[in-house]
Amino acid sequence: MTELSKTDSSGGDVRLSGISKTYGSFTAVQPLDLTVPAGSFFALLGASGCGKTTTLRMIAGLEEPTTGTVELAGKDVTALPPYKRPVNTVFQNYALFPHLDIYENVAFGLRRRGIKSVKKQVGEMLDLVQLGEQARKKPQQLSGGQQQRVAVARALINHPQVLLLDEPLGALDLKLRRQMQLELKRIQTEVGITFVHVTHDQEEAMTMADTVAVMNGGRVEQLGAPADLYENPGTTFVANFLGTSNLIAAEIAEAGGEQLLLTAGDTKLRLPAARCSASSVRTGEKVLAGVRPEKITLAHADDAGSIPEGANRLPGRIKHASFIGVSTQYVIESRGAGELAAYEQNIERDGRLVPGAEVVLHWNPAHTFGFSADQDITAGADADEEAA
Amino acid sequence: MSAATQAPPEPTAPALEVRKPPTRKRLVPYWLLLPGILWLLVFFAAPLVYQASTSLQTGSLEEGFKVTWHIATYWDALGEYWPQFVRSVAFAAIATLLCLVLGYPLAYLIAFKAGRWRNVVMILVIAPFFTSFLIRTLAWKTILADGGPVVGVLNSLHILDVTSAIGLTEGTRVLATPLAVVCGLTYNFLPFMILPLYTCLERIDPRLHEAAGDLYAKPATTFRRVTFPLSMPGVVAGTLLTFIPAAGDYINAELLGSTDQKMIGNVIQSQFLRVLDYPTAAALSFILMAAILAMVTIYIRKSGTEDLV
Repeated sequence: MTELSKTDSSGGDVRLSGISKTYGSFTAVQPLDLTVPAGSFFALLGASGCGKTTTLRMIAGLEEPTTGTVELAGKDVTALPPYKRPVNTVFQNYALFPHLDIYENVAFGLRRRGIKSVKKQVGEMLDLVQLGEQARKKPQQLSGGQQQRVAVARALINHPQVLLLDEPLGALDLKLRRQMQLELKRIQTEVGITFVHVTHDQEEAMTMADTVAVMNGGRVEQLGAPADLYENPGTTFVANFLGTSNLIAAEIAEAGGEQLLLTAGDTKLRLPAARCSASSVRTGEKVLAGVRPEKITLAHADDAGSIPEGANRLPGRIKHASFIGVSTQYVIESRGAGELAAYEQNIERDGRLVPGAEVVLHWNPAHTFGFSADQDITAGADADEEAA
Repeated sequence: MSAATQAPPEPTAPALEVRKPPTRKRLVPYWLLLPGILWLLVFFAAPLVYQASTSLQTGSLEEGFKVTWHIATYWDALGEYWPQFVRSVAFAAIATLLCLVLGYPLAYLIAFKAGRWRNVVMILVIAPFFTSFLIRTLAWKTILADGGPVVGVLNSLHILDVTSAIGLTEGTRVLATPLAVVCGLTYNFLPFMILPLYTCLERIDPRLHEAAGDLYAKPATTFRRVTFPLSMPGVVAGTLLTFIPAAGDYINAELLGSTDQKMIGNVIQSQFLRVLDYPTAAALSFILMAAILAMVTIYIRKSGTEDLV
């Protein structure tokens, strides 16, 4: 099998063209075009059932696409069975071979390719994932985090062109998950292989990936760098699924300039025209204006005069306040825009900001984003409960 | 196997003063064990002791039997009936092997490929149990009858020439040959092979197959390196459940074989019920038990599944 050049670790682009998957009448993945650049850390993010795992399995060859092609480094592999593809997978719950010890689990891929002297490579790989001491133990004798590292080592030792990770950290507790996120990122930087990572955890995707594709209902909603997705969500789903967003129903009162003037109830808000993804921005058009909770500053109603000129402002009353250490999270019943969330850093806490207090929310208009109002305002809002 | 029921773990000496559960609670496991232990005592241990004493008796039916510690009964029995012992082991081994060859693909199919037909196929496997063992074996007499269609086909395909050459059949007959007995044994014990194999295969995570494929193993290699090793507990359990009763069976040899195919079960049966030589019959039973125990122990050791059975 040497002609497959599986040991070529230079990696290559993963190109999916018009790929889709249907089971009977159910469409798991809508026709999809996606290119993952060589050497990048790419995350497919979405709630369960959004088609992200199916997409990953089609790249691995474990699932046959209904339409479309899969290309690896310019070579069409759509018709190749998994054992002929230069990709390896880290499975959800790891799928380690229970009858083999750690050493043999890691050596499995090398041995199948007829490589006789595996000792040096296995040793190095076990050192990379810090499991040299555990080589002769059986998988079930290891902790979850250790098993996870074995699964990574077992896949990486083959120097695949692409490493596929299917919810690899899903079974770990929160602290270990954080640790492994950094660990995986370190390994990826070290070996330089393309990683395609499937996860439902938005924080995990943002921490690790260079590029995140947010999937929903079998299609990619938006694709981009984590910061870009977070700051400029293109749809309400992305705005709600990736972190938390305050979405306010508004109407365009004045269009044409660099900033759109909106009316929400009896308040006026400003929105940079460049940050509004609605297709038509005409006066009278309904839009949704969004702002992230941490961008909002709370001022007690008595201090309303000190709010900088030109800021977007909304009056309201504090409904709940929860202290979570680095910040305090407020829920504010606003006049004209429903319930809004605001996160305040705990630097100088204003003692008057308690539930029931009259406040004015204000933020820099540059932090406002907008999209057309024909979307579900709550899309993706409850989907990321586990990730929040 | 009954050896799998482990005693409750011994409480280790506590470093700190640990409050002991009330006596009644600690006795619960023993109460739960009681019915099983009583059953074993009355129906296994007591007859065993009785048989052991019988095997060491001498005398005759008219004068009565007395325990005389006549151990030579064992040597005499073994000396006279060793061909039947060897034959029993050989027939049982061939039947077990045939069961494995026939049963494994079927168990594999039910576990991984049957889908919604799984239960139907399972019922088909178990269905023969609804008929008596005796009747099913008698049916094979008809199936393998001289001049019957099965023998006719085997004959015209010259398969009987081959089996005759290796001593499994004689001439153009199947009935009253070793082949008939082995066929009967295989048929009757096949479900005992399939059921443990199926339960074992069914527990294998299908993702392990995917993982093997992902790690460059072709389907055949996946079977050899992953599926088969993981099914070893089922193979061991199935072969034991087939081999042990088959080695002691006498119905198949009685109905499908002739005097030349007598197995040790037939000898024990006739010693007990016809010749009425109880000490020899009891001694033969013990020799059979010891032989099976020894073979099973070696087998389990060799297959390296002590912790899996």
